[in-house]
Amino acid sequence: MAKELLEGNAAIAEAAIRAGVEAFYGYPITPQTEVLEHFSKRMPEEGRVFLQAESEIASINMVYGAASAGARVMSSSSSPGISLMQEGLSYIACSEVPAVLINIMRGGPGLGNVQPSQGDYFQAVKTTGHGDFHMIVLAPANVQEAIDYVVLAFDLAEKYRTIAMVVADGAIGQMMEPAELPPMRPVRPPGERPSWALTGAKGRKPNIITSLYLGAENLEEVNLRLQAKLRRIAENEVRWKEHDTEDADLLLVAFGTVGRVCQTVVREARRRGMKVGLVRPVTLWPFPTARLAELARQVRGMLVVEMNAGQMVEDVRLAVEGACPVRFYGRMGGVIPLPDDILPELEKLDAELKAQGRG
Amino acid sequence: MAKEITTAEIPEDMELVYRRPESLTAAHTHYCPGCTHGVIHRLVAEVLDELGVRERTIGIAPVGCSVLAYYYFNVDMAEAAHGRAPAMATGLKRVSPDKVVFTYQGDGDLAAIGTAEIVQAANRGELITTIFVNNAIYGMTGGQMAPTTLPGQVTTSSPTGRDVETAGFPIRMAELLGGLPGAVYVTRQAVLDVPGIRRTKKAIKLAFRTQLEGLGFSMVEVLSTCSTNWHMGPLEALEWAREHMVSYFPLGDTKVTDAVQALTKKR
Repeated sequence: MAKELLEGNAAIAEAAIRAGVEAFYGYPITPQTEVLEHFSKRMPEEGRVFLQAESEIASINMVYGAASAGARVMSSSSSPGISLMQEGLSYIACSEVPAVLINIMRGGPGLGNVQPSQGDYFQAVKTTGHGDFHMIVLAPANVQEAIDYVVLAFDLAEKYRTIAMVVADGAIGQMMEPAELPPMRPVRPPGERPSWALTGAKGRKPNIITSLYLGAENLEEVNLRLQAKLRRIAENEVRWKEHDTEDADLLLVAFGTVGRVCQTVVREARRRGMKVGLVRPVTLWPFPTARLAELARQVRGMLVVEMNAGQMVEDVRLAVEGACPVRFYGRMGGVIPLPDDILPELEKLDAELKAQGRG
Repeated sequence: MAKEITTAEIPEDMELVYRRPESLTAAHTHYCPGCTHGVIHRLVAEVLDELGVRERTIGIAPVGCSVLAYYYFNVDMAEAAHGRAPAMATGLKRVSPDKVVFTYQGDGDLAAIGTAEIVQAANRGELITTIFVNNAIYGMTGGQMAPTTLPGQVTTSSPTGRDVETAGFPIRMAELLGGLPGAVYVTRQAVLDVPGIRRTKKAIKLAFRTQLEGLGFSMVEVLSTCSTNWHMGPLEALEWAREHMVSYFPLGDTKVTDAVQALTKKR
């Protein structure tokens, strides 16, 4: 396959089609609507299911139903729509059916606006819904990664029977850039659906998909099983990218769109003689805690840059455990921090550290 | 649990005239004495048996008194979030068009929190069947006012009786859904006496046949009782329902398309 000029949202949808998605249920919301539009055209062409639901609440429950039948299924939305899906996500997590979700984040809270934002970090990694659970959360920084992580999301969701969410923003979703789509995978035939799925109790006992466990001990048993699974995911699926960390004594930590901006910041800072590196978490959950703890012993200080009021910085501080100073710079409302905004923050951190004798 | 006898154990001079349908499990239900859920479960199970579709049927249980219906139906089942069963059934049926999919919902589930989901599923003409049990109250949470609670009816959240000035009117779902083009068979029946139970079974069978023929959305609303939360004995509850519910919720079909009508003429 060769590189083509692709729009992020359409590329996300096409990547899912190549990954063998059997059904898409969704609802229009800016800035992810092109995902839905691409599916509306392509799914019937491929003889697969596309349905525009009456709400995000219905969308996620349609996903829950199709996933219970063992079909490869997904939905996509943007921040306010994801809030409406939180009920369904909690049920899906407890029922342990695989589902893939896209959040093309926009500015908030409330209706906010449709500008690029990372304001849903907490929602994605910590407060996805009621009860104890996490989703696997993947954060691409460009269209190619968006494609790759959508495919990965299906593989991880099915491997662990869990929810995998790809979080991006309108800057990635609505930008066009060269990227390569994966080859078309064959769709799994309905006859080969998993043994736990609702396919009709023919020659076996009925299968039940539920999130209801009335006895305290029964539910705790389920909770322990879910937590054991999450620990397995945390042990095996942490992903991140590093730039110029080998000799770095200052570290930038940023994900998604602003993680990409920070790559430019690293180049410019190095040109100015600062030994700056970058860690770009790819999985926001599970978080690259161990690697950041290791780097905290190498660098003089860290600057976390986000398009929010400071959310991931809490996880960085938990990882660093005070081993080095961690500072934060963020913009909100849909403002993307530019290298000219971030470089002075780095210089300020550098000066602060020197003043503390951490030259 | 009572021991079930096998066909081989039946004495020669006796005939087996009544048994548990294969589509019901042997589990004892949690329903209160006098509750009509058991009757309705049995009617659905008898219909699934008679249509020979048990092994390709998938049911969706609601939140409410029948939340544990998946223990009682001997078919593959899922447990939906409150009100979302029609959306879950939609998602499931669309990827499994050869399966028979039904939702089993109460009045709070279908006519309050899940109104959007049932209206839209019906309007799309989803090839699913909904069994809607209307007992004019929230049973599982202990007898609060439901969307179907009658004017003046006392509940734990309408202690002086439902005041339609502030709480609005009980909603007639069969009439509402019957008005939608995607719904092809919508009827209201009652399990308040034996003839009514027989008519309800006939309606449930026609609703599933409507789905099997791919004609569109079908729903059977079933007027039912709640002795416990109505604070009545079972017989008194049946009488109260016959006297008060049927006048507000008239029995009969609110939608039967010609194609469905034609099904009633062929066996």
